[in-house]
Amino acid sequence: MSARLRWRKFLSNFMLTMTGICAFVSVAILFLILGYLVYNGGTSINWAFFTQLPKPVGEVGGGMANAIVGSAKLLLLASLFGVPVGFLGGIYLAEFSGNAVASVVRYAADLLNGVPSIVIGIFAYGIAVLPFKHFSTFAGAFALGMMMIPITLRSTEEFLGAVPRMLREGAMALGASKWKTISSVIVPAAYRGILTAILLALARVAGETAPLLFTAFGNRYWSQGLNQPTASLPVMIYSYAQSPYEDWHRQAWAAGLVLLGFILIINIVARTILSRGIAVPRS
Amino acid sequence: MQASSNPGLSVNITTTGAGAKEHAAPSPMRMTISKVNFFYGTKQILFDISMGIADKRVTALIGPSGCGKSTLLRTLNRMHETVNSSRLHGEILIDQQNILAQDVTALRRRVGMVFQRPNPFPKSIFENVAYGPRINGFKGPIADVVEKSLRNAALWEEVKDHLHKSAYELSGGQQQRLCIARALAVEPEVLLLDEPCSALDPISTAKIEELLVELKNITTVAIVTHNMQQAARVSDFTAFLLTGQLIEFSPTPQLFTTPGDPRTEAYITGRFG
Repeated sequence: MSARLRWRKFLSNFMLTMTGICAFVSVAILFLILGYLVYNGGTSINWAFFTQLPKPVGEVGGGMANAIVGSAKLLLLASLFGVPVGFLGGIYLAEFSGNAVASVVRYAADLLNGVPSIVIGIFAYGIAVLPFKHFSTFAGAFALGMMMIPITLRSTEEFLGAVPRMLREGAMALGASKWKTISSVIVPAAYRGILTAILLALARVAGETAPLLFTAFGNRYWSQGLNQPTASLPVMIYSYAQSPYEDWHRQAWAAGLVLLGFILIINIVARTILSRGIAVPRS
Repeated sequence: MQASSNPGLSVNITTTGAGAKEHAAPSPMRMTISKVNFFYGTKQILFDISMGIADKRVTALIGPSGCGKSTLLRTLNRMHETVNSSRLHGEILIDQQNILAQDVTALRRRVGMVFQRPNPFPKSIFENVAYGPRINGFKGPIADVVEKSLRNAALWEEVKDHLHKSAYELSGGQQQRLCIARALAVEPEVLLLDEPCSALDPISTAKIEELLVELKNITTVAIVTHNMQQAARVSDFTAFLLTGQLIEFSPTPQLFTTPGDPRTEAYITGRFG
């Protein structure tokens, strides 16, 4: 075997090993985080964590029921704002706009997607907090909703565009108007993909902290209404992790575990929906 | 624009033999095409086409690939308008009314279409057939319409026990007959078929050909095919197109036995295409 051939063989094996290691590291990081959270947070999770309010400083125990409900309300309101805007905008992009308009909207959506979440937070603070002179669930949901728009919009566009042209023609040849074609054939054919994307968008913003810091703010008690400040899991983790109390640290770990568990479940549900078969054969 | 009725376009048969007997009377035209020129952008696809689609008959459009036969078919229900750069000059009438002056969705209810590849919707067999009547505001016993359409498309016996299964569980040939049933459900006056058998196996093709002959009892049929034998088997009239021009339009037996143009003869005897 010549030296050259040996070198090639070595290089090939070396690169194979390196790529394998890097792939393993990517997976390992996820499991390390999971394991670390389970190790630290698992012992602190108990029934009280889900049902009780935070205890006053100095007392041990209590839970984050208000933050769990607060996060749920924030995500629901954010979806009510972000999903329709993104979804309908995506339909416009895929079905109605000309190329010039489409590329502008697409580019803007990508830029919006890239705006740092803290900047989104400041903007929401200026628009939805300052004029009303108080923090609120609405303001937090507004910030999170804005972050859902570009993800929903782009993926709606993508999945609608993947619906075969022959399905559109089939509907139009039966006398369906453009809107009827979209609403009764194109969107149903693409709904799995779109639903998956919406869920992933939700999972993405569920863990966002920065946009909530000065919009939804935080609350150690039940929120007094949608236009009042509310607790949320990410902000709770943020403030508890900074505190000097051992018990709060453990609760922060528990909150992290709950949040990650929630996001994992959404991801798994989303993938299951998507993998239950694409409804339409690719042409 | 309106009704420059053109009786000269109805085809008179010069009886050439026993085979042409059934067409012995001149056939009234359901649709007439006069002086149609068609463009994609600056490229002209059709040149000065004039012909007719005979009522309750099967009219075949044949010709080599790229001759414009599918384009011509697609102008008949204005499906060409889905391409932005397309332009149509000339006049196409259905029952003496200009199709370009009609509401396009209304026109497409009257002139249905079946495509090259089966394109059932991702819905159940039942919902596929019910789709057309539903969007057109049909209020009545929809199940009866579905059954009648599936019977007319010779599919009922094969699917009657699983109407609520996905249309994608059917074979390609069954899917194509489902698409025919779907088109028939809105009771079109004219049914256009764009190479409906090109993606199908011979047995499925034979079933659809049998069906086409039956269909002229209930509607008027225009079919594009690249298969000359198919045109000879199923059609009453045949139009031969070449590079966007109508070379010959005659009763089918006549076109295939005594073509009037040397180019038709060259094509049907297999010298090109």
